[in-house]
Amino acid sequence: MKKRGYWFTTGLKDGMPIALGYFAVSFSLGIAAKKAGITAFQAGLMSFTNLTSAGQFAGVSIIASSASYLEMALSQLIINLRYCLMSCALSQKIDQNAPFFHRFLVAFGVTDEIFGVSVRQDILVPYYSYGIMSVAIPGWTLGTVLGVISGQLLPLRAVNAMSVALYGMFLAVVIPPARDNKVLAGLVPLSMAASLLFTILPVVKQISSGTRIIILTVAISLIAAILFPVNEEEKGGESTYEA
Amino acid sequence: MKHNIYLYILIMAGVTYLIRMLPLTLIRKEIKNKTIRSFLYYVPYVTLSVMTFPAILTATGSVISAAIGFAVAIVFAYRRGSLIQVACMACIAVFIAELFL
Repeated sequence: MKKRGYWFTTGLKDGMPIALGYFAVSFSLGIAAKKAGITAFQAGLMSFTNLTSAGQFAGVSIIASSASYLEMALSQLIINLRYCLMSCALSQKIDQNAPFFHRFLVAFGVTDEIFGVSVRQDILVPYYSYGIMSVAIPGWTLGTVLGVISGQLLPLRAVNAMSVALYGMFLAVVIPPARDNKVLAGLVPLSMAASLLFTILPVVKQISSGTRIIILTVAISLIAAILFPVNEEEKGGESTYEA
Repeated sequence: MKHNIYLYILIMAGVTYLIRMLPLTLIRKEIKNKTIRSFLYYVPYVTLSVMTFPAILTATGSVISAAIGFAVAIVFAYRRGSLIQVACMACIAVFIAELFL
């Protein structure tokens, strides 16, 4: 059993690219917030308490249009429902011996990116999550605040370049295991193709990105689970490629 | 009717936290069912793939620079680069590509 400090530092390390990517994304979120008439403090508070890109972008536009509180709640529910799936997956990973209250804290940091790196662990030690969160949350919050204060701080070229950091990380999570597991090797490109179809085909392209992610994730994962049930011994890939 | 922005933020934060917290606290036992276990095993790969593509193509200033970043990330990920390595190489590729666009 490794020490808390080890897991916290490992989390810090894995959290750095996340924080970098967050900074770029939240910077543009800050610019959008400013246009909606939100102050730097309010935008920073929103980022610190929400920690969700798509949800906050939608939230900002809802605030700008002065829509109802119910509409706000529903939009967040639908856009962020994918976190529910991620939390279900993490419930199977989290260290069963860790005191229960850790689950309340780890839950706060369930984002696409933090989930992406957490799920590579065989057992998720809460201190690993805390390490990631302690760089990712300041990165997200600070980027938002700076975005509100001045959209001119970084050249557009740099913001553009930093915006792909998050996707690069996602690819670093899904591709190596796909090399070792034939089902995953088919599933990854298939998921991307399905996602592309859903953004260009008539009718289905009206679906918001949050809902699209939920529908495709549930449908494709369920079909895969039925057709290719996982044998625990031959899972391969998962969490084994980084010592 | 004038809405309070802090109430908006509170609603956003509350709903979002509940979505994240309830499954983690309500599912306390190991799930034995093989189909559910397989489903949860596939979820992250499918969801991250769906989120990455085609969204990455519109993340930068142009589809071309984004596609170059995407390709570079795939190459480095395939060679089992670390998270930060793949992320940085993708950023650098986009940055250089945009110098020429």
